[in-house]
Amino acid sequence: MNSYLPVIFGMALVTYLPRLLPLMLLQKLKLRPSMMRFLQLVPYTSLSILIVRGILTSDPDMVPAAIAGIGVAGALAYWKGNLVLSVLSGIAVSFLVITYIG
Amino acid sequence: MSHNRKELIRDGMVAGSPLILGYFPIAMAYGLLAKNTGLTIVDTSATSMLVYAGASQFMFLDLVRAGVSAGSIILATFLLNLRHMMMSASLSVNLKKDTAGFLPVIGFGITDETFSVLSFNKDKLSLPFILTVNLIAYGAWASGTAVGYLVGEVIPQALQESLGLGLYAMFAALLFPSFKVNKDYLKPALLGAVTYIAIFRTGMLSSGWDIIAGIIIASALGVVVMGKEDNDE
Repeated sequence: MNSYLPVIFGMALVTYLPRLLPLMLLQKLKLRPSMMRFLQLVPYTSLSILIVRGILTSDPDMVPAAIAGIGVAGALAYWKGNLVLSVLSGIAVSFLVITYIG
Repeated sequence: MSHNRKELIRDGMVAGSPLILGYFPIAMAYGLLAKNTGLTIVDTSATSMLVYAGASQFMFLDLVRAGVSAGSIILATFLLNLRHMMMSASLSVNLKKDTAGFLPVIGFGITDETFSVLSFNKDKLSLPFILTVNLIAYGAWASGTAVGYLVGEVIPQALQESLGLGLYAMFAALLFPSFKVNKDYLKPALLGAVTYIAIFRTGMLSSGWDIIAGIIIASALGVVVMGKEDNDE
């Protein structure tokens, strides 16, 4: 078996730098209000994108379970506000859909 | 803000606990797939412990199977993980003072999932909270990988898949309540969804570029639509 360690070190470096550099650099800068606003919106746009992408790119068999789990977890979190309970319920619903419908 | 250290660690454990449910089974699947791809346990653990980026690790296995060159693998990894730059930038403006000096450690731990948990607890972003969340996630990912490699499939398929979907459930459970706090935040979320669907449908951007372009375009549109003013507080 070959060792992939050199490739893995390369992958680690190119993954680490984009995670680290903005953290180090942006704290030193005085950002314009529009830039601050932009960065403040990133959590909302990126989570929404990750959810939509998760549905669009998942295996067609898994789409109903994904949508059901996401819907239940989101709705419960919205009305009850308990993160752990919401995620567990979402997982349970996904499991039921996969087992009995999927 | 008068959170003491113990409280922050406890809050971090609560906030980070869904990450265990999501990360451990996916990491197990990764460990097993890496073994079946012919990687050694050292290489497999090294990917999870050093690269620590799920989607790109699965892609790595695909590229290894396809016999793709080292340079191409590294470039593809860079593109796929570049989205964390936006997340790191977004987190940077909310970090508490006590994080200074620990940025190299905090930065290492930024994933889609830890970013989500952290950015939706932005009033708690002091060192004990962040490190607790990051350590839980990292521990689950690293240990799940080793267990998957060594033990194999111990979680039934349907349960494993629903636990994996749990990460998307977590994204929704973090995002949706913010609309109750301020319904203005529906706008960037909808912009993100519409922008990504447009990018995905046209198929112009390859995997990696699609996410980061979506984040940048949707957030910029959000600034245009919502204005520069922060009416959150």
